[in-house]
Amino acid sequence: MSFQSRPIRRSNSDNGFIHPLSSEITPRAAYEGRRDLLKLMAGGAAGAALAGFASREAWAQAERPNKLAPLPGGKSAVPGAMSMDKLTDYKDVSSYNNFYEFGTDKADPAKNAGTLKTRPWTVEVEGLVKKPGKFGIEDLLKLSAQEERIYRLRCVEGWSMVIPWVGYSLAELIKKVEPQGNAKYVEFVTLADPKTMPFVGSRVLDWPYTEGLRMDEAMHPLTLLAFGMYGEVLPNQNGAPVRLVVPWKYGFKSAKSIVKIRFVEKEPSTAWNKAAANEYGFYSNVNPNVDHPRWSQATERRIGDGGGLFAKRRKTEMFNGYEAQVGQLYAGMDLKKNY
Amino acid sequence: MNKLLMHPATKPVIFLLCLLPFARLAYGAFTDGLGANPAEFLIRATGDWTLRFICIVLAVTPLRVMTKWNALARLRRMLGLFAYFYVVLHLLCYSWFDMGFEWGDIAKDIAKRPFILVGFSAFVLLTPLAATSFNRAIKAMGAKRWQMLHKLVYVISGLGLLHFFWMRAGKNNFAEVFVYAAIIAALLAWRVWNFASKRKAKPPAVAVRGSEKPLRTG
Repeated sequence: MSFQSRPIRRSNSDNGFIHPLSSEITPRAAYEGRRDLLKLMAGGAAGAALAGFASREAWAQAERPNKLAPLPGGKSAVPGAMSMDKLTDYKDVSSYNNFYEFGTDKADPAKNAGTLKTRPWTVEVEGLVKKPGKFGIEDLLKLSAQEERIYRLRCVEGWSMVIPWVGYSLAELIKKVEPQGNAKYVEFVTLADPKTMPFVGSRVLDWPYTEGLRMDEAMHPLTLLAFGMYGEVLPNQNGAPVRLVVPWKYGFKSAKSIVKIRFVEKEPSTAWNKAAANEYGFYSNVNPNVDHPRWSQATERRIGDGGGLFAKRRKTEMFNGYEAQVGQLYAGMDLKKNY
Repeated sequence: MNKLLMHPATKPVIFLLCLLPFARLAYGAFTDGLGANPAEFLIRATGDWTLRFICIVLAVTPLRVMTKWNALARLRRMLGLFAYFYVVLHLLCYSWFDMGFEWGDIAKDIAKRPFILVGFSAFVLLTPLAATSFNRAIKAMGAKRWQMLHKLVYVISGLGLLHFFWMRAGKNNFAEVFVYAAIIAALLAWRVWNFASKRKAKPPAVAVRGSEKPLRTG
């Protein structure tokens, strides 16, 4: 299978297909402690600094909040997938959301998303692919090994978080369904169920919420199909049971509660672009030099930053700090025009 | 009702009621009770309360005329000053928590973002109203000129609404904006209607002036 071609280092024996009983799993703290010790010994005096760095990385693995079903993820080997920034509190990540199907206030989704039914759930893959089909969520969960990815998330509104997602590269799914040569874009359609989503009737957006990526963006290893965060399945308000996470783009590009993935030849229309084309472009890459028409994008407020209310805003980085990984996708493009 | 409004305790009680939103925000700020983004919460809440106080103060005259609770006029100045109190907090929260008191950046932001320019203009226009709210200012200016100046509040309410509308425009999220717009429109429409019907009922000019107190027009 395709994903075996690249080296994957795992932090436990779980290969993603066979799940051991939870009682058999070595507690994370224990195995990490052992690993840190091994690393320190192996590194010796010369590698002391390196060992410290490595243990810092292991330490960054998210502690479970013990709210939802566990979904462990192995360590990711994808470059840039493990941000060293301090994690945002689970409480903030799960209570401060933009998920307009459940209300426009950021506190609304946590209050209202309890009605979302995440089982049974199918994701339909259609369009220009050789192997279209319907994937049940259980099959999707097992399609590739789950990895933990610590990504920065930058919202177009000027705030940011650092979130340990659990999922695998969208590329794994794309390779499985074998896109045809003329498939240039991928469109994501999300659930719009007026029975469980109270604001789907509102006129704020044209439902269902859709998003899109260029094929090379969709195939980029950092583009994550996420099923969990903080070692557990996604809370409903964060886009359960399956969502996209594209860390170098503004948050709204990362569609939540996906029901359809469609491979198309022409650039698909996207929900926010339809609502306000001059404000939200198709690409919507994080870019401190291209301001939103109504506000600057040069800085951001990191949620839960030390200092709380009085913490200074930080400078926003090009491609949200993922320029080394994704910059070449946009080589030669006028990013002011293609905002 | 007039008796109740004239009670010596009425004004202090309403004063304290008007301070409640501030107390709740201050308490939340010190106890981490304002959610994930306390800066945004404070900026938005102080803006909301400014708009609410503008609605409240604009409602005083229609309510007074319709109900004949003339003693309501005693409260109008205080309510207006609370609108100013909350707009100052609003501006302070923005300048501090969002901009870190970087004056150059603030000036650039005001010029660059139309919705902030509009909001800032409303604040600037409200300042002379707050500054001339004491009795001596009315005497010094003359009731007529003072009244003219304070009619600026109609413009200010419109600018405040536009500021709020624009802020929500990016998300096409106007439900709340329309509630405030409907309230302010109704309060201003009443004034137009009141003015027109009085013109019909009475011979033009003359008689009215002498019988009126300087605080009458709203």
